[in-house]
Amino acid sequence: MDDLSNFISHFFSPAAWSFLKAIGEACMTPLGFLIWTTLLKSAILLGIILGLVSYTVYAERRVSALIQDRLGPNRVGWQGLLQPIADAAKLLFKENFTPKNANYFYFRLAPKLVMIPPILVMGVIPFGSSLFGVPMTIASINVGAIYVLAISSISVYGIVLAGWASNSKYPFLGGIRSTSQMISYELSLALSIVPVFMVVGSLNLNTIVQYQVEYGWMIAPFWPQGMSWDSLLHPTAAWQAILAGIKLRHLLLWIPLIISFFIFFVSMFAETNRLPFDLPEAEQELIGGYHTEYSSMGFALFFLGEYTAMIAGASVITTLFLGGWSFPLIPDGSHGWFWGLVNIAVFFAKIIALLFIFIWVRWTLPRFRYDQLMKLGWYFFFGLAVVNIFLTALILTYSK
Amino acid sequence: MAFVVNRKKLTLAEKLYLPAILSGLAITWKHMKRALFGKGIITMQYPEEKWDKNLPAWYRGAPTLVKDETGRERCVACQLCEFICPPRAITIEPMEIPDESRWRKVEKKPREFDIDMTRCIYCGLCEEVCPEQAIFLRKDYSITGLSRDQMVHHKDKLYEMGGVMNGLVIKWNEKK
Repeated sequence: MDDLSNFISHFFSPAAWSFLKAIGEACMTPLGFLIWTTLLKSAILLGIILGLVSYTVYAERRVSALIQDRLGPNRVGWQGLLQPIADAAKLLFKENFTPKNANYFYFRLAPKLVMIPPILVMGVIPFGSSLFGVPMTIASINVGAIYVLAISSISVYGIVLAGWASNSKYPFLGGIRSTSQMISYELSLALSIVPVFMVVGSLNLNTIVQYQVEYGWMIAPFWPQGMSWDSLLHPTAAWQAILAGIKLRHLLLWIPLIISFFIFFVSMFAETNRLPFDLPEAEQELIGGYHTEYSSMGFALFFLGEYTAMIAGASVITTLFLGGWSFPLIPDGSHGWFWGLVNIAVFFAKIIALLFIFIWVRWTLPRFRYDQLMKLGWYFFFGLAVVNIFLTALILTYSK
Repeated sequence: MAFVVNRKKLTLAEKLYLPAILSGLAITWKHMKRALFGKGIITMQYPEEKWDKNLPAWYRGAPTLVKDETGRERCVACQLCEFICPPRAITIEPMEIPDESRWRKVEKKPREFDIDMTRCIYCGLCEEVCPEQAIFLRKDYSITGLSRDQMVHHKDKLYEMGGVMNGLVIKWNEKK
């Protein structure tokens, strides 16, 4: 190591070399280490997310085509895999048009407000256990879940601003619809996950994942930590481990958690403006809704923002209900960097599976009518979520 | 008189809407699985695969001029097609047939016959109006060009596309 650093030092002037050494040493202090690992994690995660976003668009087009007995984009590159790049290049070179009577500042601000919040949400999601001892969460904060709810509802401002600043009737209608839809679903979205916090006793997403590692996933509380490869070799031990995992309390808590998962999952469709609830866009009625007046990258940001929101939503669902990065029989990152990478892969595999469900549902269901949407949100989900909280409280109190 | 529509009483399963969603998902899944293995896909890869052989006899493609079996230009430059053409795509410049020609009895033939394919709407009125059965809409539908000039079909091109038409023609086909 010293030989190597001596060798490298020949390429720099003494002053520059000492400066580099100082930076290197600063990187090894706890604070410096935290800063550069966080920056590196953020950059890599952003890269993964943006790549995933463009290929979700591609997947959406291919899957929808298959569902409708078509082929979808298959010309650019092998099986059309370069299509997202071609689309991005096309959108970049188009004219970024602003209508004459639009409010320029808000008109330009709106697309950014749609794109940025879902990316910010990813900041608190534990997307892996740990890699080389570095925890795979950008910010493990104690109000993680509240932060997620708060930040993800900012994107409604983007849609409302777009609708208003465009100074045009269809975007305006889309903006209004979006506001009322978001308000109705935001409530049940937030209330539906309260049982999870009651069961875990923490809002920190890392703690929630850790709870699921110990007691099994929220929607399938069956595999306890005792399950390992060793125990599989001894059937009796494995059977005992499974039996030890099944407790009356867990089975009872399973009921409210399934309800909670169901409400959260459906509300997430409304939150991300996906098809059964895509009233703000409603291509057939509102000509695209809030983004009617946008072109070029403005439109691209709305379009990609929807998919980024899908990914953020899928990762929140994964973290809260599907065990985050954990998978039965797979150890966490403290057993070596390979398992750390496997954990990250498991997390993204779960996200991709959820994204597929999002796409699948979109190309199956027709759009809800406006009053049906309101009724579902206010009468059904809101009430169910509140009752669910009390049900969880009862089970927690009376089952030990 | 009041007309009462009897609404069907929904069962709980129908009210919940979930079984319907699940059966819908099953249908789309079935289609996707089938299409994934290349079965039941109805997409036609256009430039490579074409549907030309299935075009009906009365298909209205690009208008063309035809010659008869003796090689005579059927068009007598009466200009009826030019007058009836709704988008005014046809421009004809007539000339007299010289006395020494075998067809001097016909008196006129076109010197220039231009059809502007950027204007043509493929309505087929020129074909219907032609008293000499000289202009026909053929099956060419992919008319392309890099400039407006290239999109104007001159006389040579029209005869090349039209070729020779023998005997009776389907001018009065009721489906045309």
